[in-house]
Amino acid sequence: MTAFFQSLGLSYEWAWTAATFAGIIVISLLVMFAVAMVIYVDRKVLGAIMMRRGPNVVGPFGLLQSFADGLKVFLQETIIPSAANKGIFLLAPIITFTVALAAWAVIPFDAGVVLADINVGLLYILAISSMGVYGVVMAGWASNSKYPFFSAMRASAQMISYEVSIGFVLVCVVLFAGTFNLSGIVNEQRGFGLGFINAYVVHPLLFPMWVVFFISSLAETARAPFDLTEAESELVAGYQTEYSSMSFALFWLGEYANILLMCSLNTLLFWGGWLPPLDWAPLYYVPGIIWFLLKTFVFFFMFSWIWATVPRYRYDQLMRLGWKVFLPMSLLFVAATSGYLMAIGHFA
Amino acid sequence: MIQTIAFYFFATIVVGAAVMTIMAKNPVHSVLWLILTFFNAAGLMVMVGAEFIAMLLVIVYVGAVAVLFLFVVMMLDIDFAAMRAGFIRNVPLGLAIAAVLLAELLLAVGAYNAGGIVLGAPDGSAMQAADVSNIEALGALLYGRYILLFEIAGIILLVAMIGAIVLTLQPSKPGARARQDVGKQIRRRPEDATVMKNPEIGQGVEL
Repeated sequence: MTAFFQSLGLSYEWAWTAATFAGIIVISLLVMFAVAMVIYVDRKVLGAIMMRRGPNVVGPFGLLQSFADGLKVFLQETIIPSAANKGIFLLAPIITFTVALAAWAVIPFDAGVVLADINVGLLYILAISSMGVYGVVMAGWASNSKYPFFSAMRASAQMISYEVSIGFVLVCVVLFAGTFNLSGIVNEQRGFGLGFINAYVVHPLLFPMWVVFFISSLAETARAPFDLTEAESELVAGYQTEYSSMSFALFWLGEYANILLMCSLNTLLFWGGWLPPLDWAPLYYVPGIIWFLLKTFVFFFMFSWIWATVPRYRYDQLMRLGWKVFLPMSLLFVAATSGYLMAIGHFA
Repeated sequence: MIQTIAFYFFATIVVGAAVMTIMAKNPVHSVLWLILTFFNAAGLMVMVGAEFIAMLLVIVYVGAVAVLFLFVVMMLDIDFAAMRAGFIRNVPLGLAIAAVLLAELLLAVGAYNAGGIVLGAPDGSAMQAADVSNIEALGALLYGRYILLFEIAGIILLVAMIGAIVLTLQPSKPGARARQDVGKQIRRRPEDATVMKNPEIGQGVEL
């Protein structure tokens, strides 16, 4: 895209800036559109599992439901509680939303289709997702209300706990790939399993790590069964309780953007990203982005499915799973993976 | 041009946020300003080409340390009157620290003006700009030349961690709250916990 802006007579650095800004706008709009669509999918899947119809009034098959909801929320009044800390109260949803979008900068949608192809892509995602907790904590504190505060405490403890095991899982993947660059990780997966399966997940050392990663990504995005931050029966609506109108919508959109991000990370790190499932020439005629979106969608479906079927965890169970099960297990697998790779001479 | 704009952007915010960190009346605001400082310092790191350090700065400081800090600050009952009470008593200490910092700053500027230290290899030759990415260069140094120091640092951290656990570990007293047996909780089935009764109208249920 830089070349296009250079042809308009801009110097290289300004053309690069313009191209990057254009890329940011395109990716943000696409992610927002995808979020609107997956919210619809989420509600349809939930409806189908509960033997309801789900949204079916606005537009054909209810496809425009999310946009109607968006418009409704947009027209509502923004209420700021008088006891709230106004600046932080308004900043919190903005931070959640911005952080959720910022992480998409390093996600490769297809070979070479990535905004920032940086060497530390995976670390960037970790850094950005560790920022995500601030939106929640700030919202909980600034609301000056008991339930949001409890929820913020829960959310921060939960996110920190599961980030630890996610970190170790990522170390295992990086040991195999030898790079932090997400495109590089995907390229390393070409023909990884038995010479024809394009996925890391088929390896016996990486399959358990994928399971850990998938469950941790549920916890990291506070989805059921780990949605203790918004446990309706205990905390009203959690940290969003005092929010209304667009400030509420920003939390909502940010949450779904994060869920999509986690689904795409599952795809990129373990299931071959934009590569077709098998390293077989005819499958490469399908564009890479189709494979990427298809795989991401399958993971999103699994998220919805889990939401509809499993009961919520208790808080002590959540902490036990994170610290006493996943952390030792992923640590063990880091040692096992590096030992195995040394033994077969992977690093030589 | 863009580099200059970006540098002044990040640098101004770092300095401004650092000033606000110590000026803000509310400790929670201070922590938030501090996080902004860390984040923009990471931006400066990216600008000098140390992207790995930048990401670590965000992950370690912003992600972990600052979250714990926020925990402590939010859980404490902050009493502003009590906080101001010690002001006069602490002025000499504060002035002393300020004097030390000022001296250090002047020393640093003076040393820089006298010509900075040129980093070189042990054999005296100038350092070559490595043609590898940050992570590889750092990894080669840490796990190669400085492996011993690196391992010692790791052991010290391990000892500190075990120490923290030992400090908080309290042997369970007899008669204290029962410990959870997770296996037992998982093995529990509906048949063990519930009974089906079909009472006559007007009759109670004996359990």
